[in-house]
Amino acid sequence: MFPEQLNVPLGKWVNQFVDWLVINYGAAFEAFADSLLTVLVALEQVLRGAPWWVVLITIAVITWHASKNWKLVIGLVVAMFAIGMLGLWDKAMQTLALMIVATSLSVLIGIPVGIAMAMSNRLRAVMLPILDTMQTMPSFVYLIPALMLFGLGKVPAILATVIYAAPPVMRLTDLGIRLVDQEVLEASRSFGASRKQILFGVQLPLALPNIMAGINQTTMMSISMVVIASMIGARGLGEQVLMGIQRLDVGAGMEAGIAIVLLAVVFDRIGQAYGKRSQRSPNAEDA
Amino acid sequence: MSYIEIRNIFKIFGPDPKSALELAKGGADKDEILAKTGHTVGLHDVSLSIEQGETFVVMGLSGSGKSTLIRHLNRLIDPTAGSISFGGEDILAMDIPALNAFRRQRLGMVFQRFGLLPHRNVMDNVAYGLEIQGTARKDREAAASKWIARVGLAGYETKFPDQLSGGMQQRVGLARALATDPEVLLMDEAFSALDPLIRSDMQDELMKLQAELHKTIVFITHDLDEALKIGDRIAILKDGKLVQVGRPEEIVLKPADDYVQAFTRDVNRSKVLRAQSIMTPSRSEAKPLDNVSFTVDVDTRLEAILPQLITTGDRSIIAVIDRNECIVGHIHRNHILQALSN
Repeated sequence: MFPEQLNVPLGKWVNQFVDWLVINYGAAFEAFADSLLTVLVALEQVLRGAPWWVVLITIAVITWHASKNWKLVIGLVVAMFAIGMLGLWDKAMQTLALMIVATSLSVLIGIPVGIAMAMSNRLRAVMLPILDTMQTMPSFVYLIPALMLFGLGKVPAILATVIYAAPPVMRLTDLGIRLVDQEVLEASRSFGASRKQILFGVQLPLALPNIMAGINQTTMMSISMVVIASMIGARGLGEQVLMGIQRLDVGAGMEAGIAIVLLAVVFDRIGQAYGKRSQRSPNAEDA
Repeated sequence: MSYIEIRNIFKIFGPDPKSALELAKGGADKDEILAKTGHTVGLHDVSLSIEQGETFVVMGLSGSGKSTLIRHLNRLIDPTAGSISFGGEDILAMDIPALNAFRRQRLGMVFQRFGLLPHRNVMDNVAYGLEIQGTARKDREAAASKWIARVGLAGYETKFPDQLSGGMQQRVGLARALATDPEVLLMDEAFSALDPLIRSDMQDELMKLQAELHKTIVFITHDLDEALKIGDRIAILKDGKLVQVGRPEEIVLKPADDYVQAFTRDVNRSKVLRAQSIMTPSRSEAKPLDNVSFTVDVDTRLEAILPQLITTGDRSIIAVIDRNECIVGHIHRNHILQALSN
């Protein structure tokens, strides 16, 4: 047995810290939660309120813009149509809203952090273990404090999703910028480009394929979080899976699972098409 | 004072360059410093004076420090010790905005692997320097078009770098460097990645451009033939130290040491030596020679004289004239044979 005298009451400290946060900054957290919720609810209303065929047309237009490939457009529209046929359209729209907000937030935070990591080796050395922790820590561990700070519902679900899904876009932004050809950078410096001109004119455009891959991974990971997020009260397809488990209703669980997979496929294909487009030179298009 | 003055530059790579600097200043060589401190000496007490309008070639093998040296001229690398000035202005004292302004207005650089921006077409690559300067789109595209045509790429404006051959890509690199009309052109092994025939073309092209533009060119190469062909003066670097600086003829005729001699052994001397460097200077009081077969200009290279020798007799003498058509010296057939056989 490990000697008990050596035990560190880390758990107690964390509890005290969270209590202290709730007591002193509860109002600030609530204000933040409210603004996030406003955005999410508005988006959810638009998606759920829109006729199903408008959503399908929107998906078709986005897919066409990304890929210029009719087969892919038809495939993805059929996938979305299938979700409707499973009777899960409304829930899918809820999940979609949650996912769009979580992914946008991840990208909004992730790209600047990734850029900062590429600029500073010290920051990178600090961030890498933090990103590892974010990705490997069981999500329930941070769902509990998130619940205490924000209450049950959509906001803690979004935050838990961001914690889990933001690391890939950070890592790949950092990697993409670091992989930019040194001679191209030197050329740009030798012409007297400022750091801002180098970042926006050379580093980010050349890192774009990697950044797009990061955004794609982040999207996929946020979809995979929806089931877990449903345990703290986020509605949507995850809720349906949870219900299937609780009632031992294999069929209902399977339906919801298939709908999640279809949604994931749609977003993966759109993301990949944008990623490919950022890789090829504009001339290949008119060729 | 020369246009570019490089004084006692040391560059030491490693975590604590200052400690190794004392050793280097004490005269320790590259291997010794590496063994004692783990630091790599890039440049060891290099001083050079480069004149305005000359093509100055720095030659050395890989690891000699030549690429490090050229990067000191636009401060892509800062020296551990020493001073660098352009037209009397100390560039090491410049802060970042001043340095960027200096790079934008006065320098252009051409890279070994071209360093073109792969996401921009030929037009936007050539206009890049002007874009950084903040020139309006219309003006920079006009200037870029001019230079694109000048390097022979008219019609390729909308192509992307990966659609061009190596030689064409380097023409874009050259046009990009010239588009800002810089005073100094830095060329880092600019033609080393090209096929021999294309390399030779590009060398000719550069010399033709230089004859009109009179830029100050600092050209880095590992190829002595290239150095001798395009250089007004040549500096030879070995292990970060300057071995010899001189005109091409001086390098070939009076190599400073065995290292330089080994390099010059395979050189085609008829392409390097000029009439002036092998002639016997005439004294003004000397009476005119009567058996002169033909006259040549002081700058004529031997390769141009040789064909004319075939038709003349053994005892023939060649008179050497300067730009004012005055005879300044003469060459015996035997002088030429001697110069070529050394």
